[in-house]
Amino acid sequence: MMEALTSTPLLGLILTAAAFALARWFQKKTGWVLANPTVVSAAMIIALLLLLDIPYDDYARGGDFVNLMLSPVTAILALGIYNQRDILKKNFIPVLVGCTVGCAVSMGSVLLLCRLFGPDQAVTAAMLPKSCTTAIAVGIAEAKGGVVAIAVACVIIAGTVGAVGAPAFIKWFHVTDPVAQGLAIGACSHALGTTKAREIGELQGAMSSISIGICGLLAVIFSLFLPL
Amino acid sequence: MSVLAQLAVIFAICLAAEGLAALLPFAFPATVLAMVILLVLLAVRALKPRQLRESSGFLLDHMAMFFVPGCVSLIKYWDVMAANLLPILLITILTTPLVFCVTGHAVQLTIRLLQKRGGDAQ
Repeated sequence: MMEALTSTPLLGLILTAAAFALARWFQKKTGWVLANPTVVSAAMIIALLLLLDIPYDDYARGGDFVNLMLSPVTAILALGIYNQRDILKKNFIPVLVGCTVGCAVSMGSVLLLCRLFGPDQAVTAAMLPKSCTTAIAVGIAEAKGGVVAIAVACVIIAGTVGAVGAPAFIKWFHVTDPVAQGLAIGACSHALGTTKAREIGELQGAMSSISIGICGLLAVIFSLFLPL
Repeated sequence: MSVLAQLAVIFAICLAAEGLAALLPFAFPATVLAMVILLVLLAVRALKPRQLRESSGFLLDHMAMFFVPGCVSLIKYWDVMAANLLPILLITILTTPLVFCVTGHAVQLTIRLLQKRGGDAQ
């Protein structure tokens, strides 16, 4: 009977939806930034698969359905850019400078440090887009032959560091201008940081939010020219 | 548009992006190409944001869920991750404030230069 249950894609679908609903409820309830719903639900699913001795491939049958939605999810980011075209036009040069510099520093520093400290091609390519929003990072990692799972993990780590650290970074580095604060948060920690930027101020939130799409696009373009 | 029509439009854009990505001579992620196509369609007003409201609302609200299977696949790559755990963690954590600092100051400098130029013009 067990095999009948594990051989259908429904298993992976149910596990994904249920674990995510539970993890999201947990984060809302506790308010812990560190309890990232994606990480918590993935950890729950991994634990369950290991515990019940369910092969990964059985989960992946359903998981692949969810993965299929990555393309629509990425496409829909266009709405975010489009809806903010007015504030983007008004701050075009600062946004362009901030996103270009942020992307270049992020990818350049990761590439340099990876070359120095040894992770191989598959790991380096996965870490490269760590400051981009997950959907775009997955696309870049795949195109460059990186391990998608590591790309997702790095994006969430960078996002969490940015979201938790933003108020301290603002003080340490004396970034006083609200536009600069928002763009800096968005460039280093994408959508996860944007939540924090909105708490800091409306303008910061808008700037951080704009930088998600623009940085993503620039990162894709930069990645084409990187020696990898 | 009905939700089904919205999904059909979005999936069609993604399919077109897959085709286009296959034609390109370099590896460009089809998912990002789909985003560019949708952005162009919005910019030329072939589509309006409210026409995609229900489906885009659902996708955006649950965005983080769609990365869960990718994260679970870590199970397959655990040895790769474990072998590189320290560099992965250190590099990802340490470069984040670096990106913040350089970006913040680059933008502040730009804004100051723009204001100075604006001031001279007056």
